[in-house]
Amino acid sequence: MKAFAQLFLSLDETNKTNEKVKVLKDYFMAVPDTDKMHMLALFTGRKPKRQINSTLVRNWAIEASNIPAWLFEESYHVVGDLAETMALLMPQTTESSSKTLTEWIAEINNLNNKTEDEKKEWLLSSWAMLDSQERFVFNKLLTGSFRVGVSQNLVIKALADISGLEAAVLTHRIMGSWMPETLQFAQLMEEQDASENISRPYPFFLAYPIQETSEKQKTPAEVGVALGNAADWQAEWKWDGIRAQMIKRGGEIFIWSRGEDLATEKFPELHPFLNALPDGTVIDGEILSFQHGLPMSFNVLQTRIGRKNLSKKILEESPVAVIAYDCLEYNGEDIRAKTQAERRVILEQLQAQTLYPEVFRLSALIKFNTWDELGDIRGQSRAMIAEGIMLKRKSAAYQVGRRRGDWWKWKIDPLSVDAVMIYAQKGHGRRADLYTDYTFAVWDGDKLVPFAKAYSGLTDAEINKVDYFVKRNTIEKFGPVRTVKPELVFEIGFEGINRSSRHKSGIALRFPRILRWRHDKPKEEADTLDSLKALLGDGTE
Amino acid sequence: MYSTMAKKPLLEFTDRGIYCSQGKFYIDPWKPVDDAVITHAHADHAYVGHKHYLAHHLSREVLYYRLGEIQLQTVEYGETVMKNGVSISLFPAGHVIGSAQIRVEYKGEVWVVSGDYKTEDDGISTPFEPVQCHHFISECTFGMPVYTWKPQVQIFEDINNWWRSNLHNGLATVLVGYSLGKAQRILQNLDLFNGKVYTHGVIENTNEALRRNGVLLNPTERITQESIKEEVRKGIIIAPPSSVGTPWMRKFQPYSFGYCSGWMAIRGAKRRRAADRGFVLSDHADWDGLISAIDATRCESVYLTHGYTATFARYLSGIGFDAHEVHTLYGGEEEEASLQPSPEERGLEAHEQDNRNANKEVLSFGEDLGEAGGTPS
Repeated sequence: MKAFAQLFLSLDETNKTNEKVKVLKDYFMAVPDTDKMHMLALFTGRKPKRQINSTLVRNWAIEASNIPAWLFEESYHVVGDLAETMALLMPQTTESSSKTLTEWIAEINNLNNKTEDEKKEWLLSSWAMLDSQERFVFNKLLTGSFRVGVSQNLVIKALADISGLEAAVLTHRIMGSWMPETLQFAQLMEEQDASENISRPYPFFLAYPIQETSEKQKTPAEVGVALGNAADWQAEWKWDGIRAQMIKRGGEIFIWSRGEDLATEKFPELHPFLNALPDGTVIDGEILSFQHGLPMSFNVLQTRIGRKNLSKKILEESPVAVIAYDCLEYNGEDIRAKTQAERRVILEQLQAQTLYPEVFRLSALIKFNTWDELGDIRGQSRAMIAEGIMLKRKSAAYQVGRRRGDWWKWKIDPLSVDAVMIYAQKGHGRRADLYTDYTFAVWDGDKLVPFAKAYSGLTDAEINKVDYFVKRNTIEKFGPVRTVKPELVFEIGFEGINRSSRHKSGIALRFPRILRWRHDKPKEEADTLDSLKALLGDGTE
Repeated sequence: MYSTMAKKPLLEFTDRGIYCSQGKFYIDPWKPVDDAVITHAHADHAYVGHKHYLAHHLSREVLYYRLGEIQLQTVEYGETVMKNGVSISLFPAGHVIGSAQIRVEYKGEVWVVSGDYKTEDDGISTPFEPVQCHHFISECTFGMPVYTWKPQVQIFEDINNWWRSNLHNGLATVLVGYSLGKAQRILQNLDLFNGKVYTHGVIENTNEALRRNGVLLNPTERITQESIKEEVRKGIIIAPPSSVGTPWMRKFQPYSFGYCSGWMAIRGAKRRRAADRGFVLSDHADWDGLISAIDATRCESVYLTHGYTATFARYLSGIGFDAHEVHTLYGGEEEEASLQPSPEERGLEAHEQDNRNANKEVLSFGEDLGEAGGTPS
């Protein structure tokens, strides 16, 4: 655990990519293979199952820290991270432990069938033998909140450097479902992939935004300058659903979401068409709710994603279908190296053979001759329930991860509204002890009605200024939330708007964020609820 | 809070600062007054514009340097000055060189104003001495139990090791800390076998003022236009927070940049600062230090002026102290106010904002404003 805690600390201590890779390589060289696999699992979001609920962990930590519960809570608000708060509040330890990461995780998993008393005893004695940095990482593992500020790409790069294998190959090998307890490091490092994991997805190819920031929109002419000849590009709508990879292999089907969650059971409507596909087929596409042959807003799909059980009612209200846009494997052969145009032909053939064209749909190609023409078509995105346009180079292979060059997303300009900040709350992590989470309101007559929360969009310098304002202009405190003097006006951008019975304002925004601070606007000139509601309609502008 | 008291208290909290009406003087006032007693020379405690100043000998040159031509009387620790029948004496606060707690006595009633203090001996400031009193006015910048410091020996071992490893990796070493106090504490604890110590002008000005005051500091070399970059990169550079991210600092690239502050105890604050290394080194008392210092005064009442005042007052009340939260304009850790959101219960109310206060947003505490190399990023 010492090596793992040190790894975490060292990664925290540098912002430089090369140094992070070096730190990762040093770790890989220093620890046993089983630790390597556990680390890899943790760094790619495969957390051990939580064995003690966090209320118990919290209560036992309060006991171990010997402070009143209210002070623990206030400390948590200052630190902004539960695992860290617990690590800081406990007395310094004098014991030490040489258990490896593998051993600790095995102990955590063993808690499964233990009584509450046994768990408590184990936890208190574990805390007593860990120093505060170890305790922090240990608490993260224990509470299932392990996250690390290192991208998977860097971990892969470090592994590629020490193994001599290509990064793309390694990225593929660690996709899908595997357990650090069963997949061995030696297997991962083999020259030829010996694994027979039929469920394993390919790494997704992700598009870059053609406009670097949401504030400054590129004109069609500028897009043309960046991308060259329009005839070299294929355009499709950018669908607003769940990106998914659908696999049919060895008579079985698998549906993977982009977050590498196996979501096969969440979409029973897709099973018939997938089962009917020839073995050795992998399709990339977007899952959306459809009604009467038309896509519905993401909002509708969202209501069924979180459900454990899909009731008949939900299946009727928001039935899903796939809009397919790529084929990655055909006849059991990895065809990612073929061109976009070639893969498209194969995809169209597959779709033409399906008996379920209502569920297995094709993402239509948009016909256009010039960038100006496409710019005009992009203006219709909202009517298509799309987020904009996808541009794919016809000669491009299907690549790994987010790459510049061959896939671009050209999103529509966000909708926006000028709103007044009325509540503020402290953030977490890097923003701990700073007021960074704001609630915004618009006018309804002479009243300000809250309608959205937004966390992002300001620079650090602006956040400091808003924080300064909040601390000096607090009207009331409700737990961690402060009501502030309504004065600051911000332009809030969002992707969509829907009716909502759960919100006081009667509306819910999709992806609200702060576009800019309107220093020039007094609060009286902020927008009204009516002007927001006017955007509801059928989703068009 | 005084409604239950029959007579007027010896010290009261006014919109100009802590006031003794019997003695007709203020302690660390933030608006111009006739007679000011100053705990230490940091900008949120020593404001310009008073007619008369009283401070410790070792604050003399720094106060002249920062405030210009002022009428200043200085005294030794333990020496008594009488003002209108009230006796005033200074005791070491251990915060920075020349920092003092102010003991005020009248007719057997004793009040002590802590100013800023720390209980650990830093090897350069006269170590903190608890002073028995009836009423103790204390800071509590780090009055949360998550703030507990390790002994400075351990921190400096980390700093010296980091410097050595930078030398080994061909990196320049830049260590950031505020110019009065932290910079000298760092200077006196570096392992000079590693190399020479170079200073930013703002820090060297303070060093020179202290040397004029007879303080013996390790040798330093001011970085100027003529400094040879390759030589400087072999030593260690001590710089103020305002230099972070400026062209002045960038010319020493590639470097590793370390930040010394109590706020570095929290991972979020450390990441926000984007320093390569955060060293938890503070000139304020930590949680245990605050409680032990307050306990040692054997005071009847304690008044908390700045820091996590609400939380700390509640905790102290819970363990049997008569603790009160009061509002002042004292900052948190100096020079941090502009970067680090001050502890939330710092307690500056909207109506208390004046021009000076508004300046805090753009000007760092404790900086020599005419020479500051740039604005904080």
